[in-house]
Amino acid sequence: MTPMSASGLPRIARVRRLGRLLNIGVPYLWIGLFFLLPFVIVLRIGIAEPALAQPPYTALWQWVDSGLLEIRISLQNFSLVLEDDLYLAALLGSLQVASVCTLLCLVIGYPMAYAIATAPVRWRVPLLLLVVLPFWTSFLIRVYAWIGILKSNGLLNNFLIWLGLIDEPLQILHTQLAVYIGVVYAYLPFMILPLYANLTRLDRGLLEAAADLGCRPLRAFRKITLPLSLPGIVAGSMLVFIPVVGEFVIPDLLGGPESLMIGKVLWMEFFSNKDWPLAAALATLLLALLLVPFVLMQRLEQRLQSDDDAARP
Amino acid sequence: MSRRWPLYGMLAFGYAFLYVPVLLLIIYSFNESRLVTVWGGFSTKWYAELLQNQQLLDAAWLSVRIAAVNATVAVILGTLAANALVRYGRFRGRLGFELLLTAPLVMPDVIIGLSLLLLFVAMQQMIGWPDGRGFSTIAIAHITFSMAYVAVVVRARLSHMDRSLEEAAMDLGARPLGVYLQITLPLIAPALLSGWLLAFTLSLDDLVIASFVSGPGSTTLPMVVYSSVRMGVSPQINALATLFIAVVALAVLVAGLSLGAGPRPGPARRGRGRSQ
Repeated sequence: MTPMSASGLPRIARVRRLGRLLNIGVPYLWIGLFFLLPFVIVLRIGIAEPALAQPPYTALWQWVDSGLLEIRISLQNFSLVLEDDLYLAALLGSLQVASVCTLLCLVIGYPMAYAIATAPVRWRVPLLLLVVLPFWTSFLIRVYAWIGILKSNGLLNNFLIWLGLIDEPLQILHTQLAVYIGVVYAYLPFMILPLYANLTRLDRGLLEAAADLGCRPLRAFRKITLPLSLPGIVAGSMLVFIPVVGEFVIPDLLGGPESLMIGKVLWMEFFSNKDWPLAAALATLLLALLLVPFVLMQRLEQRLQSDDDAARP
Repeated sequence: MSRRWPLYGMLAFGYAFLYVPVLLLIIYSFNESRLVTVWGGFSTKWYAELLQNQQLLDAAWLSVRIAAVNATVAVILGTLAANALVRYGRFRGRLGFELLLTAPLVMPDVIIGLSLLLLFVAMQQMIGWPDGRGFSTIAIAHITFSMAYVAVVVRARLSHMDRSLEEAAMDLGARPLGVYLQITLPLIAPALLSGWLLAFTLSLDDLVIASFVSGPGSTTLPMVVYSSVRMGVSPQINALATLFIAVVALAVLVAGLSLGAGPRPGPARRGRGRSQ
């Protein structure tokens, strides 16, 4: 026994150290190289100063004309982003769409999550699966489905005319309303899942106690369920809000000229105008904008995780 | 119990909202007429046309290959990352690690796509790789965000896993690697499978990131769909969507049946016991 462990232990310790290196090091290296480093490059392009004419920088800039000219242009573009009303309007437009849609997702998603979480146990998984299932089919195709429904000779207008509610088709496609519908449709599951996870963990004893003490159900909901589900609300809202701010496909396919969103503007600067430095400046700005909600989400996530760990026996 | 009816009404409304557009797509994929407004009778001609659309088939084949490579690598990297988070406690740099693993879940695609493109261009200038953009750059980009999703799925399974089997094997003298391969991996296999499928789907679905990091000659399926959708409603796309949905429904059915028939997972969610 003793000689075995004397010779075996260092080997096992070595294997452990190797495992540690493999498990932490390899994924860390990957995301560091392909997720963090790209941001550093984008940020450096965004906040470049004219004095920076070092080799690594010029190398980064070589894809257009000469290095010196390039740096000057990028700075101009960055100040342009802050001064031009178009970009400001796009930023505000994105924030507006994201806020409205987060709220709509909450209004539709909360009752759904609540209904699933309080349904009989054997129904919960199938009901939840039904929410997640559309998520597995193509996002692009689900957005596309709404074009056929919303366009002026589309299914919705035909239906409304057939009902006699309207005489001539409403213009819904290529309006802000279409963007709202598309975003809520595509992002609703992201709101329901964290809310469901939160609501199933709710201690029903609290509600029973409140009822025993004569509290009406609606009041009990307001005083107990709602405050306790706040972490779920925040998590779901961030999962909807953050990606929607940078959404491109939905405003591009369903929106009109007035639905200006930063993701679409960035796309156009890159693909139509071929202005890479300006697109990088926009990405920097968007990133800065999303930092606050992201940190908020991250802190909440960590608190929930530690609560989860602490709650376990 | 009648108080619950408004709740169920809301649920029904929600499901209708989620499923009616998909059902309409399926129905109209069998429409003889090109117009979405007119029902021209039952027909499968759009499927036949779809199967003769060489550009679309090439793009689909490329997308499937990228998705398979992506899913496989993402499962390996995501599982390693989940191991790190669940098994190695508070290692140095853990906060940054977690932050970087969560960020791709919410980061807008335009930012990921643009920043990765700028990286690839910079790398090409400095070390000469990647030489041009296409299959490998799209795969790398997809792996980067897919592994974050895989890590979430595997992490949940791993942290709720009963560790007493591992400890028993360890007590009986099994080596750490042997324990991991023979005990841990089979126990988390369902999470690996769903992680793989999720990564595959995410890759097959991505338009924005792939558009940034692809090069000439590497057009993925979403790019073809996108350019044809921009032209307006096309019955071929309806047919494609229906095929997509059929495959997904079949996969879910098979997964559900095989999981239901397979061995029940141990006392998950309760165990953990003395390990921490």
